[in-house]
Amino acid sequence: MTRRTAEHGTFTLTRTYPVPPERVFAAWSSQESKARWFGAPASTGYQLDFRVGGTEINRGGPPDGPVYTYEATYRDIVPAERIVYGYVMQADDTLISVSVTTVEFAPAPSGTTLTFTEQGVFLDGADTQAVREKGTGELLDALGTALA
Amino acid sequence: MLKYQPVDEVFRALGDPTRRDLVERLSGGPATVSQLASPLDMSLSGVVQHLAVLESCGIVRSEKVGRTRTCRLEPVGLRLAEDWFAGQRALWERRLDRLGEILAGDLATEQSAAAAPEPPSPSRGA
Repeated sequence: MTRRTAEHGTFTLTRTYPVPPERVFAAWSSQESKARWFGAPASTGYQLDFRVGGTEINRGGPPDGPVYTYEATYRDIVPAERIVYGYVMQADDTLISVSVTTVEFAPAPSGTTLTFTEQGVFLDGADTQAVREKGTGELLDALGTALA
Repeated sequence: MLKYQPVDEVFRALGDPTRRDLVERLSGGPATVSQLASPLDMSLSGVVQHLAVLESCGIVRSEKVGRTRTCRLEPVGLRLAEDWFAGQRALWERRLDRLGEILAGDLATEQSAAAAPEPPSPSRGA
């Protein structure tokens, strides 16, 4: 029996980069430029279709553990100003979380201030339940990967 | 806010087969201590000790009504949600730092490329 829980969380990160907003935005707007910093090895079949309604998919996980899938859909794109997307995370077929992410680009004296805000709901402690089915030993590896 | 539960403690608690068995059975719903003890080849006080370990690290909680103590699992999501969001935050901290390194690196490359074809120095060709 799955114990139903829904826990909400939000966090905001800010960074200032020494280049204009157009340049920072460009690093988010193509698969090639985003793959450089997003942390998606070519082997995972990372895909980015950067347009409103377009999707982004990334997969990964430990060799014997669950396959974690990230799937985003872009909802708002204002070049050099703002990106809003919704995404889900799954461990194999189990839904872990559903989130909304807002990325804002603002001119700053020294370049660009980027503000990243994520608001999400974490469901049923799903990360652990999915992993527990595969045995407690592998829990360590999978948690390490999820948090890495 | 959710209370942070040290992961080590949870793994230590689940490292024991009897305690894993207790957790498995509680995942089907609450049970009394004697219900939990009956299929085990162990004294009631031994089972109580295992339950105390699970309770101390927040996996199980129990409630005594009259002479009966009933145990139930703490919702896993309550403990793990905070870890989950902390993990997402740490992931994005690293990504945004990596983006900054790339942007600064590209900028430095351009600046040195722009600096290379500068007007010839007076000594050149002299």
